Amino acid sequence: MNIHEHQAKELLEQFGIPAPKGFAAFNVKEAGEAVQRLPGPVYVIKAQIHAGGRGKGRFKEASAGEKGGVRIAKSREEIEQAAEQMLGATLVTEQTGADGRVVNRVYVTEGVEIDRELYLSALVDRATSRIAFIASSAGGMDIEQVAHDTPEKIISVSIDPASGYQPFHGRRIAFALGLEGKQVGQCVKLIGDLYKLVLAKDMSMLEINPLIVTKGGELSCLDAKFSFDSNALYRHPDVLEMRDLAEEDPAEVEASKYDLSYVKLDGSIGCMVNGAGLAMATMDIIKLCGEEPANFLDVGGGASKEKVQAAFKIILSDPSVKGILVNIFGGIMRCDIIAEGVVAAAREMEITVPLVVRLEGTNVELGKKILAESGLKITPADNLGDAAEKITAAVKEAS
Amino acid sequence: MAILVDKNTKVICQGITGAQGTFHTKQAKAYGTQIVGGVTPGKGGTQHPDAELADVPMFNSAAEARAVTGADATSIYVPPPFAADAILEAIDAGFPFIVAITEGIPVLDMVKVKRALTGSGSRLLGPNCPGILTPNQCKIGIMPGNIFKPGRVGIVSRSGTLTYEAVKQTSDVDLGQSTAVGIGGDPVKGLEFIEVLELFLGDPDTDSIIMIGEIGGSAEEEAAEFIKSEAKKGRSKPMAGFIAGSTAPPGRRMGHAGAIISGGKGKAEDKFEAMRSAGIAIAPSPSALGTTLLGAIKG
Repeated sequence: MNIHEHQAKELLEQFGIPAPKGFAAFNVKEAGEAVQRLPGPVYVIKAQIHAGGRGKGRFKEASAGEKGGVRIAKSREEIEQAAEQMLGATLVTEQTGADGRVVNRVYVTEGVEIDRELYLSALVDRATSRIAFIASSAGGMDIEQVAHDTPEKIISVSIDPASGYQPFHGRRIAFALGLEGKQVGQCVKLIGDLYKLVLAKDMSMLEINPLIVTKGGELSCLDAKFSFDSNALYRHPDVLEMRDLAEEDPAEVEASKYDLSYVKLDGSIGCMVNGAGLAMATMDIIKLCGEEPANFLDVGGGASKEKVQAAFKIILSDPSVKGILVNIFGGIMRCDIIAEGVVAAAREMEITVPLVVRLEGTNVELGKKILAESGLKITPADNLGDAAEKITAAVKEAS
Repeated sequence: MAILVDKNTKVICQGITGAQGTFHTKQAKAYGTQIVGGVTPGKGGTQHPDAELADVPMFNSAAEARAVTGADATSIYVPPPFAADAILEAIDAGFPFIVAITEGIPVLDMVKVKRALTGSGSRLLGPNCPGILTPNQCKIGIMPGNIFKPGRVGIVSRSGTLTYEAVKQTSDVDLGQSTAVGIGGDPVKGLEFIEVLELFLGDPDTDSIIMIGEIGGSAEEEAAEFIKSEAKKGRSKPMAGFIAGSTAPPGRRMGHAGAIISGGKGKAEDKFEAMRSAGIAIAPSPSALGTTLLGAIKG
């Protein structure tokens, strides 16, 4: 789960980690209050969407002006004008896709004079199975590009969970970043506090890009992008409260209510599969047969009638779906029960597009019989390859 | 003798009175697995409410279960908030083999578990995995026994249901399996490909291997490097492989926490290339795992 920059900044403040002062504004009037709430004389108004590249992004609407999603202002009028133009407008960045994202809130923050821009992030490193900090002297840039072009500029420090964070971890990063004097001590404390934050909130990724050295020689987190481990949200109701459903695909939100894992894609064949690996393999084989998958959908272990129904509803809410492939490797689940669920759901949903069902597991013959005798236009398939060929052929025939 | 588990393996279940623990332990017992005990804190010495498990001794702790029954493996079905505790308890009790089926354990809990495994005598399989099965001998986890056939193919996979696909296809072409191991899709886990491949290479009852990976991470690339360097030492067996997720878009998590292409890394095509260069035959489609392996065996 991701949160907005202003929410990330509030968490930084709670943990005593230095960042420019600021607040979230949902309307023009609130934004204008910056002149009372922040020191000035320079203010920065930042569009709040869950995607990077905001500064270089462009708004779709002409009324939002030529500038990107991060704007400088020096008076109440300028702040209000920036907020007025951005709020309700659609920002397109390299990470949003062509549709862009509607800006529903802005973050108004004090302007700071920057001496140096650095990069800092923390994540769970698979290779070491530990939390690792990644730092680079090339801040403000796309870290993946830096890793590709100048890998020597990147340092990675992993933390042993048994002994925890130690000052030497922070010193290694500080010296690698070329910090000096009191900044070294600041860096040791800052990274220690970030480590505490990652542990306290079960974060899966924390990115400070850029971490800056101000003209006054102080370290400060100019931007902050946080994501949280969705498996750990049950123990962080405060984090869950920060979820902004407006930033998520409505179909994906609906799917998560039924414990379905759904990702919308651009193709025309809807897929319903149990297991993430098999779901991806099903998408792959559809492509091999010359069509494109419309979605990834994992119904998980217990494909009950209710879940199958919800899954059909979500798949059919996508108007580009021209056919549906159901691929359930039931394992010890009984195929007759799954077949009954599919038939009941298909009957209630009045599915008009071709439907191919491949079932495998216990009582597979009985399952196929239920499908065949349902009177519905359901094409049974014998295996994964057969299923993919049948659905792609049916879709080609129908179009 | 297959790998990790066989007919002599004595298994307990942690979380035996839960719905999942009850159901799958019954299935394992019916398959012929030696189920020698169960653990549910507070229910030690009582009788399991399910008639089919009424003869399975119940204990309050993993240590007690191990001491009394001499079990050498444990299967964990404890719900996610308590699962890391259960795994740590099993490590503490000295279980040589721990299989964690539970899906959805917070990754930072697994970071602690992984640290605790270092220097211990325990091997962990999972979490978020389908378990392990040696045909007609031992089944720990949730794999369907009816698709297996005793044989000489070792199967190792990051994906649950795709493991079943490989099992069924190798049964259909009459090769059968020595052991199938589902290592699970979580980013921080116990056994990785390399450790399982090492066991298969050294197992006299395994003649060939199927390895199934997914997008995300670099475990498949590392495994391919391992296969390559072992082959240089003259240790090799015919192998077939597949990677799920060629069509997955970058930056989107595909179900598993581990299945995500990020920063241009973890792409299917890179993994295919690494496996190819290690001499692993790539199945052109996920429905051609069995036939591709047959081809690799015939050379």
